[in-house]
Amino acid sequence: MSQTILPKIPIGHWADLLIQWITNHFDTFFGYIAGGIQGFVNSLVTLFGFITPVVFILLFVAVVFWRRGWGAALFTLLGLLLVYDLGYWAHAMQTFALVVTSVALSMIIGLPLGILSGIYDPFKKMVTPILDFMQTMPSFVYLIPAIFLFGTGMPPGVVATIVFAMPPTIRMTSLGIRQVPADLIEASDSFGSTTWQKLFKVQLPLATPTILAGINQSIMLSLSMVVVASLVGAPGLGADVYLAVTSLRTDIGVEAGLCIVIIAMMLDRISQKTRTRKVKK
Amino acid sequence: MNKIEVRQATKVFGKNPKLGLELLKKGLSKKEIKRKAGLNVGVSDASFHVEAGEIFVIMGLSGSGKSTLVRLLNRLIEPTSGSVLIDGEEITRMNVKDLRRVRRQKISMVFQGFALFPHRTILENTLYGLEIQGIEKNERQKRALEALEQVGLKGYETSMPDQLSGGMQQRVGLARALASGTDILLMDEAFSALDPLIRKEMQDQLLDLQTNMHKTIVFITHDLDEALRIGDRIALMKDGRIVQIGSPEEILINPANDYVEHFVEDVDMSKVITAGHIMSRADAMQVDRGPRVALQLMKDAGLSSLFTVDRSKKFLGVIDADDAAEAVKKGKTCLEIVKPIHPVTVDTLLADLFEDISNASVPLPVVDEQGKLRGLVRRGAIINALAGSYPSLTRSGVKQS
Repeated sequence: MSQTILPKIPIGHWADLLIQWITNHFDTFFGYIAGGIQGFVNSLVTLFGFITPVVFILLFVAVVFWRRGWGAALFTLLGLLLVYDLGYWAHAMQTFALVVTSVALSMIIGLPLGILSGIYDPFKKMVTPILDFMQTMPSFVYLIPAIFLFGTGMPPGVVATIVFAMPPTIRMTSLGIRQVPADLIEASDSFGSTTWQKLFKVQLPLATPTILAGINQSIMLSLSMVVVASLVGAPGLGADVYLAVTSLRTDIGVEAGLCIVIIAMMLDRISQKTRTRKVKK
Repeated sequence: MNKIEVRQATKVFGKNPKLGLELLKKGLSKKEIKRKAGLNVGVSDASFHVEAGEIFVIMGLSGSGKSTLVRLLNRLIEPTSGSVLIDGEEITRMNVKDLRRVRRQKISMVFQGFALFPHRTILENTLYGLEIQGIEKNERQKRALEALEQVGLKGYETSMPDQLSGGMQQRVGLARALASGTDILLMDEAFSALDPLIRKEMQDQLLDLQTNMHKTIVFITHDLDEALRIGDRIALMKDGRIVQIGSPEEILINPANDYVEHFVEDVDMSKVITAGHIMSRADAMQVDRGPRVALQLMKDAGLSSLFTVDRSKKFLGVIDADDAAEAVKKGKTCLEIVKPIHPVTVDTLLADLFEDISNASVPLPVVDEQGKLRGLVRRGAIINALAGSYPSLTRSGVKQS
């Protein structure tokens, strides 16, 4: 970095100081969060281990069949059998647990924020640049403060994944609510709906397809981030890929990568919006 | 008491509406304010009242502020100044809770684009207003079904809105508004999106319903024919201002200014003007006078025939001079020589007079509902009226509505 005539603004230094300050003052707080995340993911992993692969596969085939029909169900069946056959089942379950945890947390945080941004303009104005920042900052960068705050292993991985994967949920929820036609909002208001009634009876039902598209994106993003998170010690298929890269093992790389693709496609098919129902009986 | 009263309501859209108000006070026009301050004047100084049971039509071209004005009535749009009173309560000063109560119990609205909730069935759409009021499930379904039956949509409860035609969708919109049981119905270009035949059908249905319901209806339209058909009174808007308020006849016959005149010039007057508008005074003789009197009266007036009435001025028929002369010779009474002819009523439309007048040898007698003679219509008066002049307009003959 060459010296310019302008003195360098020490942004990096400030960020460093901020993280240090937070670590010094809120260490216990972040410790609890880390513990919570760790405990949650571990219990999921235990649960998935407890359910035998056969039951797990059948369960997923059934869900995919219900959502998409037999074609996708067949793909799921063959795909999961392949994962099992290749010997990555345990790692796949760890990855899956990480994704489920991250997506669940991004929805718990993201949906209310998205709703707020959908109905309240000042909040949208405030949150939009933050979302831009979250989405475009290279995902690896999140790992650094995450390590300071949450240590190594699963928790920083989950937190970095949430930060990276949450923006689409917020954005699309906000968009979905804003896309509800103005005359429907007027109609709802004209009958004397409260804000909550309007939200739950008109805005959210009509925004649902868009919100689901956002959640779908969040799932996909979190799956890709879970791999990156293996850099800070998050377990699962990502760790296999990381190992393959550092030790130049094409075989492991391809196999683990393939497993990730299979899980990604399966989750995508499940969470993609289905055909809109025309007639309600 | 007036159901709705609007006092000097003004709505200025834009960043600094107060500036708009000041400019309006200085007498600047909507266009000038738009150019100078970039502010959009929606409604400017509108004052009017609507009586209970009345259909009040607000008419104007697009951009005249009529849709804004109707939204001031339930405060979907907040007025910049002025006040709106519903049943004597000033809703423009209400807090959110009271406003919600008024919207739930007093005013419901029908929208131009129907504004049905696409994710709800027809029944669920219709009971929306009741649902948010927390009315018990069976009760709200019952009331919604009644409303659907009223608009002729029984049997469509489980359909979704997009399965229905435009006309049917708007019936659902109407049913949804009726189900709430509010006294006031705001209809914002409710029929404008429908094709002309369906529109007319809907107008008829609304009028039919209104004869039983006696709602207070504020109806927005850009269609003069529609306004004339359904309006008890019409307010004409231009550039955010109300330029004239009056009955359909008043607006057509005495346009307040060039704008109104221009607006109404294309109207088929033969469907507006009635016999009452163009009739002139009729001389008539009571039938118990003798034929000599009849002859004398005809001679004085220079006519060859004469209308006769009974003691209560009820129209009987016509006596012509030849018959009267013969009656004098043979000693008959007038009653024996009266030829009954068919009279028209005061509110018969000009268009319906053409056939009668072309078959008649004498001017057409005009009677009121009790059959009393009120005047007569000459061939010339009809031609004059068609040519656009109504010199003999007398308020006495105008149908009071």
